[in-house]
Amino acid sequence: MIPLQAAVILLVALGALATALTREVVRLALVASFYALTLVVFFLVLQAPDVALSELVVGAVGFPLVIVVAIVLQRGDG
Amino acid sequence: MSRELRLGLFAVSAAGLGSLLLWAVAGLPDFGHYHGAYGTTLNSVAVGERHATNVVAAVVFDYRGFDTLGEEFILFGSVIGVALLLRDVREESHRPRDEMRSDAVRLLGLGFAGALLVLGLYVVAHGYLTPGGGFQGGVVLAAAFALVYLGGEYRAYRQLTPLPVVDLAGGIGAGGYALIGVVSLLLGTAFLHNFGPLGTTGSLASAGSIPFLNLAVALEVSAAFVLLFTEFLEELAVTRVETER
Repeated sequence: MIPLQAAVILLVALGALATALTREVVRLALVASFYALTLVVFFLVLQAPDVALSELVVGAVGFPLVIVVAIVLQRGDG
Repeated sequence: MSRELRLGLFAVSAAGLGSLLLWAVAGLPDFGHYHGAYGTTLNSVAVGERHATNVVAAVVFDYRGFDTLGEEFILFGSVIGVALLLRDVREESHRPRDEMRSDAVRLLGLGFAGALLVLGLYVVAHGYLTPGGGFQGGVVLAAAFALVYLGGEYRAYRQLTPLPVVDLAGGIGAGGYALIGVVSLLLGTAFLHNFGPLGTTGSLASAGSIPFLNLAVALEVSAAFVLLFTEFLEELAVTRVETER
């Protein structure tokens, strides 16, 4: 394991911890999006650009978008 | 059950789970030591056999094409489920104008939408040459349309993505993938077996039937995600109208 890989794994671990510790849902959507970004960097460092691209669009864009809309719907305040 | 009993039960099961996890992690291969025989074999034979320089695409659309058919239909089925559930309860309503008022957000959002559309088309078109492919490119294309809503207004988004066209694109993508597999059968080979001229390695005209499968998946995935966004945003707009009354 080279230092760059170790550093990125640490970043992913921090992102996961932050996601698990966040309680407020809107903030959670943003933190989860950021966590997906750390995973994108991780996959890139491990030379898996295909997986990184999927994770980027699904994890960092699609998932938060659907979650935010669902939160807004649930609160009913448009 | 008393508090002490529950804590005791938790301590025993946590210790058990913890030791099992430790045992499993200790038995993993060392970091960076890959043991999969198929991966090593495919890496050495795929470019020569299929003329596709992106081995991932060769695996997904050829060697393991049948799995991709299943994956494609999982997405297709779940989006149909979302559409059925949400369209059923929705009433037709007039739409308020909801354009983005911030000039900065408009400029960035709409500017990036064009760039993202080009990037998506590039990722799809070169899917079997460079990292990317139908799935990734399809989602990028759908994200470009989502940016039109985020930076512009819902009306513009709906004008760009009329539902009949999106439904048709999704159906053609999903059905087309299966049909290409049937063509393989008609040619006397296995379902989804690669056919057609393999072309020059590294050029757009290469890899036999992989580009067609790639295109079918791109159509299906971009249509599925656009449909998913539309159904959710439509819900949002209905709520917005109701609360304004």
